[in-house]
Amino acid sequence: MDEKKYAKLEKDTSPKTPLMRNMIFAFLTGGTICLVGQFVSLFYMTYFDFTERTASNPTVATMIFFAMLLTGFGLYKKIGQFGGAGSAVPITGFGNAVISAAIEHKSEGYVLGVGGNMFKLAGSVILFGVFSAFVVALIKTILVKLGVVSW
Amino acid sequence: MVARGLLTFKTTPSIAATGVTAGPLEKKSLFAEKFDKVYEDERCGMKTNEHAHAKMMEDACMIALSKVDSVPSDADFLLIGDLINQMTPSNFAAKTVGIPYIGLFSACATSVSSLLMAALLTEIGMSKCAIAGASSQHNAVERQFRYPNEYGGQKPDTAQWTVTAAGVAAVTPHKKGFPSIECGTIGCVIDLGMTDPLNMGAAMAPAAADTLIRHLTGHNKDVKDYDVIMTGDLGKTGFELYKILAGNQGIVVTKKFRDAGEEFYGADAAFLSGASGAGCSAAIFLTEVIDKMRAGDYKRVLLIATGALLSPLSFQQGDTIPCIAHAIELTMK
Repeated sequence: MDEKKYAKLEKDTSPKTPLMRNMIFAFLTGGTICLVGQFVSLFYMTYFDFTERTASNPTVATMIFFAMLLTGFGLYKKIGQFGGAGSAVPITGFGNAVISAAIEHKSEGYVLGVGGNMFKLAGSVILFGVFSAFVVALIKTILVKLGVVSW
Repeated sequence: MVARGLLTFKTTPSIAATGVTAGPLEKKSLFAEKFDKVYEDERCGMKTNEHAHAKMMEDACMIALSKVDSVPSDADFLLIGDLINQMTPSNFAAKTVGIPYIGLFSACATSVSSLLMAALLTEIGMSKCAIAGASSQHNAVERQFRYPNEYGGQKPDTAQWTVTAAGVAAVTPHKKGFPSIECGTIGCVIDLGMTDPLNMGAAMAPAAADTLIRHLTGHNKDVKDYDVIMTGDLGKTGFELYKILAGNQGIVVTKKFRDAGEEFYGADAAFLSGASGAGCSAAIFLTEVIDKMRAGDYKRVLLIATGALLSPLSFQQGDTIPCIAHAIELTMK
């Protein structure tokens, strides 16, 4: 059997990705995480001296703290299997990627293990995140200079 | 025709004893009761997963030896393997047990390739007792081949779960009343262009079908001759494909066809397509199949262990997944 025929057979036989189910679960999971985040944000605005804009930093830190606990107790991977993109896209997913790598590599020591591998998965998120922020900022700067939009 | 890659054992070496150890999650296996030792802790009380991996293998070897009333110094050869880089778990286990050792790598097909090598050494009269087998430890394998264990990535239904288990057999010259190794077939590396490491069953199925057909034609056998034809760890997805491929070649696929990976955890959907890993086929072949042979339920069986010969590097560099399958035929007379 040649490769093309086999690829077709494999496609026909293997279970299909349940796209609709995955999207609904991702929506529910991602939505729930963001809802919790919203409450955390409101908490900081109500009980502390934060504005909507400045509350985002402690909110992100708190959400990552939650992700750390869930990862450490082995629950985040279960949420991940259920929620897919819904639990991967929010900041908690980023936290999970960093924390899981840190836990995994603890056996090789703190410097070469934890330190050297912590950003193994999340490193590319940081790199391309910073790079795309740079590109977007550049575009906006040009548009402001041209007078099309204002800051 | 020159019979390429076919082995026939005139002296029919026997599997005199087996030793199978498994991790705590493997209590969920349908075959858990048959395992000699099940640990309460995934790390078997050791500091790292890799040490646990070696410990499982050591314990399996010691159990197999104790069943033939032997100590490590009575054994002539140790032929074991695993999936970890440079096979450190097997190497470290070999250091502790102290039996003359060769590490063997055929990925998850090591369970059968090691038995074949042990049978060959026995056949030529160089071995009175050879320990052969394979092992895998979920956490150690997962972190090497995929992501950190606690990473929350979503796996598709085609993905398989690497088992934590070690299985070894004590191969001796022919012993009456024990399953004996009559013949075998060394597999060719087959690659039909599959690239998805989360669908290894589909990558391995063509290799299994190829070895099955080569074994049947090469040894002039028919499906009817066997009580069971069991593959190693194709999983639900791969097993379906393998049956279709075998059917296309004129093989009558019956209920005799079984797959250790598909059956390992039963119908539990949490394990997606089923079990995989070098320990999967070793644990099931050396418990379920050997037990049934010794009980007289099976007279002649064909075991085909399948292995995916990829590395995380080869996959990231865009290479397809080459696979191999080795077959061994056991009889009970």
